[in-house]
Amino acid sequence: MSVNSVTDKNAEVAPREELVTLTIDGIEVSVPKGTLVIRAAERVGVDIPRFCDHPLLDPVGACRQCMVEVPDMGNGRGMPKPQASCTLEAMPGMKISTQVSSPVATKAQEGMLEFLLINHPLDCPICDKGGECPLQNQALSHGHGESRYEGAKRTFPKPVNVSAQVLLDRERCVLCARCTRFSEQISGDPFIALVERGALQQVGIYADDPYDSYFSGNVIQICPVGALTSASYRFQARPFDLVSTPVTCEHCAAGCQLRSDHRHYQVKRRLAGDAPEVNEEWNCDKGRFAFVSGRLDDRVTTPLVRRDGQLVPASWHEAIDTAVAGLKAAGDKVGVLPGGRLTVETAYGYSRFARAVLGTNNIDHRSRPSSDEEAAFLAHAVAGRTLEESVTYRDLEKAKKVVLVCFEPEDESPIVFLRLRKAYRKNKLEVVTIAPYSSRGSIKLGATLVGCVPGREAECLDGLTDQIDGESIILVGERAAQSPGTLQTVARLASATGAKLAWIPRRAGEIGAIEAGCLPGLLPGGRPVADATARVDVAAAWGTDSLPATEGLDAEAMLAEAAAGQMALVTAGIEPRDFADPQAVREALDQASFLVSLESRLSEVAQRADVVFPVALLEEHAGSFLNWEHRRGTVNTVIRQGNAPMTDLRVLGALSDAMGAELGFRGSKAAGASLDELGAWDGERATARSDAQRAASSEGAVLATWRQLLDDSAGNDGEVALMATAQPAVLRVSPATAQRYGLAEGQQATVSGVAGSMELPVAVVDDMVDEVVWVPTNTGRPVREALGVGAGGSVTVAAAGADASVPDSPSTDGGAA
Amino acid sequence: MTDTLTPVLTANWGDDKAWKLSNYERRGGYKALRKALEMQPADLVTWVKDANLRGRGGAGFPTGMKWSFLPKDNPNPVYLVVNADESEPGTCKDIPLMMASPHTLVEGVIISAFACNSHHAFIYCRGEVLHVIRRLQQAVREAYSAGYAGKNILGTGYDLEITVHAGAGAYICGEETALLDSLEGRRGQPRLRPPFPAVAGLYASPTVINNVESIASVPGIIANGKDWFAGMGTEKSKGHGIFSLSGHVKTPGQFEAPLGITLRELIDLGGGMREGHELKFFTPGGSSTPILTAEHLDVPLDFEGMAEAGSMLGTRALQIFDETTSVVRTTLRWVEFYKHESCGKCTPCREGTWWLVQTLRNFEAGKASPGDIEKLLDVSDNIGGKSFCALADGAVAAVTSAVKFFRDEFEAGCTTPAWELFPYEKSALFADSELGAHA
Repeated sequence: MSVNSVTDKNAEVAPREELVTLTIDGIEVSVPKGTLVIRAAERVGVDIPRFCDHPLLDPVGACRQCMVEVPDMGNGRGMPKPQASCTLEAMPGMKISTQVSSPVATKAQEGMLEFLLINHPLDCPICDKGGECPLQNQALSHGHGESRYEGAKRTFPKPVNVSAQVLLDRERCVLCARCTRFSEQISGDPFIALVERGALQQVGIYADDPYDSYFSGNVIQICPVGALTSASYRFQARPFDLVSTPVTCEHCAAGCQLRSDHRHYQVKRRLAGDAPEVNEEWNCDKGRFAFVSGRLDDRVTTPLVRRDGQLVPASWHEAIDTAVAGLKAAGDKVGVLPGGRLTVETAYGYSRFARAVLGTNNIDHRSRPSSDEEAAFLAHAVAGRTLEESVTYRDLEKAKKVVLVCFEPEDESPIVFLRLRKAYRKNKLEVVTIAPYSSRGSIKLGATLVGCVPGREAECLDGLTDQIDGESIILVGERAAQSPGTLQTVARLASATGAKLAWIPRRAGEIGAIEAGCLPGLLPGGRPVADATARVDVAAAWGTDSLPATEGLDAEAMLAEAAAGQMALVTAGIEPRDFADPQAVREALDQASFLVSLESRLSEVAQRADVVFPVALLEEHAGSFLNWEHRRGTVNTVIRQGNAPMTDLRVLGALSDAMGAELGFRGSKAAGASLDELGAWDGERATARSDAQRAASSEGAVLATWRQLLDDSAGNDGEVALMATAQPAVLRVSPATAQRYGLAEGQQATVSGVAGSMELPVAVVDDMVDEVVWVPTNTGRPVREALGVGAGGSVTVAAAGADASVPDSPSTDGGAA
Repeated sequence: MTDTLTPVLTANWGDDKAWKLSNYERRGGYKALRKALEMQPADLVTWVKDANLRGRGGAGFPTGMKWSFLPKDNPNPVYLVVNADESEPGTCKDIPLMMASPHTLVEGVIISAFACNSHHAFIYCRGEVLHVIRRLQQAVREAYSAGYAGKNILGTGYDLEITVHAGAGAYICGEETALLDSLEGRRGQPRLRPPFPAVAGLYASPTVINNVESIASVPGIIANGKDWFAGMGTEKSKGHGIFSLSGHVKTPGQFEAPLGITLRELIDLGGGMREGHELKFFTPGGSSTPILTAEHLDVPLDFEGMAEAGSMLGTRALQIFDETTSVVRTTLRWVEFYKHESCGKCTPCREGTWWLVQTLRNFEAGKASPGDIEKLLDVSDNIGGKSFCALADGAVAAVTSAVKFFRDEFEAGCTTPAWELFPYEKSALFADSELGAHA
């Protein structure tokens, strides 16, 4: 059998793991070479108590809780003293006696717990950790019933702000160094460190630098005591009063598995779940702390209808009748903009609603700068893929080289960043980034910078051809749509070199929306609209006679039609400021012949709508997301409450009924079943195109911009403590550019585009490309709204208050810089 | 052989300005270096191995063997680090050596670095002894000027940089891996081993760490021969060593003698106990070595003799206490030191020393409860052998040995303050003199 499997051409020949066999408490067990005794013991069902040990952190051996006796090291000789099992590698023939069989180990462990408790306040009744506390639990399971300590306890004033979000109660700390090791090793943000010595040792922050990390919430979760708490959850609930639900994070396309804890019909906190293939045991602060935005004062709870120019509450009947009348009047002059944040099932509902009910292919989920080139790329390289065909987190960990194109993982897909950093630390992964400067994230990945003026990524990629091979992975971000020619070049490079390619969007619903058929040229499963067989396929499954045969309009074209008063729109969860031209989107929404908005908040779009339908929050939903790997992540209903509004699917279903058509499902489960039934497209896939015009070279300064993870996006609304940890908005330029335009570090500068200007403090970045000005996309002011240009656009820059006239040409000035 | 002093390292201490290069050379200094540079590094290692020089920092690991553990195929540079962070209560041999004759150390450093194929040596000196650091810096400067250090030493093509580094006042930095962290600019805390320093030490490169006295002994071994060195001492503890006599003896000071000399002999050399008093207890090698009593006066002061007696040779820091001393008070002072110096990394040391101090204060104040002795011993047992490094073991050694020999004093600590049983002024050095009487 095994011989056959080797000859099977599909079977990958994986090197067999080298095993070592040891005996723990008389039970023989084989574990992979390099396994620590503490984890080998878990395999025989022995849980050795521990505090500092964490399987994803490098061992430190600090707490000494996990002492075991070692009668035989595997060489016939025993260790004279008990050993910490978290730093002891399993050896062949080793014999280990844990607390199960060794009085020495038991005494050592009990003694250690007694030590840990002498300076611990034992304020469990008022501690957030009480009820889920490893110290409390292990004191009960492995400690003395009572302390023999009668002396004075060490005390500290409490609490200390490690950051606006993370608070430290020093007297509870057992100094296990999990938080400091996480920050140094996993996230690469060594802004907290142990300071002082002896019993006064404590976790400290630098006087000048706050604990400035996108991953700070993890230190709270891995703290084995209640020393680290979050400002937002502190004193909100007891763990045993919470109801936990596994969910998939809705903030980005990483697909993090989370645990959502609620009480009194409110989510109180979210924790990273345990998903070894995806987020391991981590998540980012946005995913952890940003979850109240749907429950603010602007939540829509009843349907609204525009009457005499005013939106007024209306009954569902009235709202549905009004919407149907408006949509019927529009005929086929209608478009659907579902946005990129829906579950696969809901996106599928919009796709079917557009095509089978409204009879149009005008649907585009991309509520962001996009392009035809991108639509073609998505059809060719992304749509209709499965997890097996895609690049995965595991692939990133094993890769030799990863090239980042228009993609800043720390800001735009933080869990991808963590996995890349792990690969960089553990497997010597080489990271190359095509970017205007080495960002904080790139530095933490040890990335080689290929300096690039935004818009010219394609040329930079040309230069990398001979540095990429079959063991490389190219990760391209959604911003590539703003750089003409980049996506086609990436696809060509991948097929020429054999490198793997993955497109990583920001929003959680993008991949799902593509698969559900929310692009004007793609039906569900990546079926091209232009392909008659594909249309027949889908029409048959949906039980309709036919589907519209011409490719629909993309979002920008729809909005242009709407601006001319020639189109009605159905929207869900979009924001004008996310689009390439926010002002134009607002005007289009104002001018649209009819506007139906399915919303949970009274957003800018909802305020302009003719009919607003309130829809359920994600936490009142079931369904799934597809992450960038095309991996399915389940969204479970967290809050089951009678008076939640209807889901998008139910509203679409009601609209369909009233239009005299069939949506085919009312709920997520049935929608998912319908999509699954369609299955994947087995016909011809779209071919790669190579017709894109690259950007012409431009004179003067060029804008670079991307979104910071914690910015003014609507999902962060209401999170005061979280937003206080956001990176401030700065304007980045190279030293030469700073000199040319008279800018100085820390001083205000004005950057101007066609639509206006904005003022920001200057940060001079040493390795930045000259003649490039970086500003955050949506921190303080949305950059496209303020300047009227995006990445790659022409801007001028000058010291604030100075005349913004263009200085001498760089050729005469550059030498002096 | 063990009845006479053997001044080797201390031979020139009485010379006028012994720390000057010219004076050191007048006595034959740097001749060993010239001889060593003509030998093969590997032969030097064997030479030191054959001489049976054991580490003088306390543990007694054979120095030549330590050198031979350096990997041959590691592409990183090899570093020699001299541990001159002498900070243990009672220990006072390296600092006077570097103060009086820094060139003895510097010559040893150059020979040892050559033997280990190292081109950069560091002397990590305790930060509080600024005058010693200046002497060392001056000596290194002189060695550079004379062509003994730097590029192309004595025309042999061998290059060596010597860096004198001042610590910042932490006992834990005498622990070799904490020393390396400190030398790299980090907070001094012991590192997890493996990897051992020989494989990945300073800047993750192969590193040899030796005590000052070990390295300073090397020139003599090269100059006078391995047999000369191995001819001194006892069967397994060869050579000469500095014995630092302090406390209640008439003439405290440094006595360089073959290993294996007894305390009785040393006290004689020191002029006997303080007039009218008798020995109560002593530490053989600093405060981290279990105390011994008058019954151990004739035990040879070598690694084996001390181990047999239940203690350790340590740094040969013989602190002598006469019958006026409260063992409870002495133990408390030592444990207070360890509590203060605990780096905080591991639980038993950080919390255990905190607890021991509070318990011992009760004993000193006569406020201990019955059962506290057992608790003291049990807490000590929970610390000893469980901590990350040996610092806490030193604290425990003081406690357990004190209870072992003087349990009655701890029992008295349940009722009577130590200062009543042993009026503290009586153990002051001048208690019996005119000065003391009027104080």
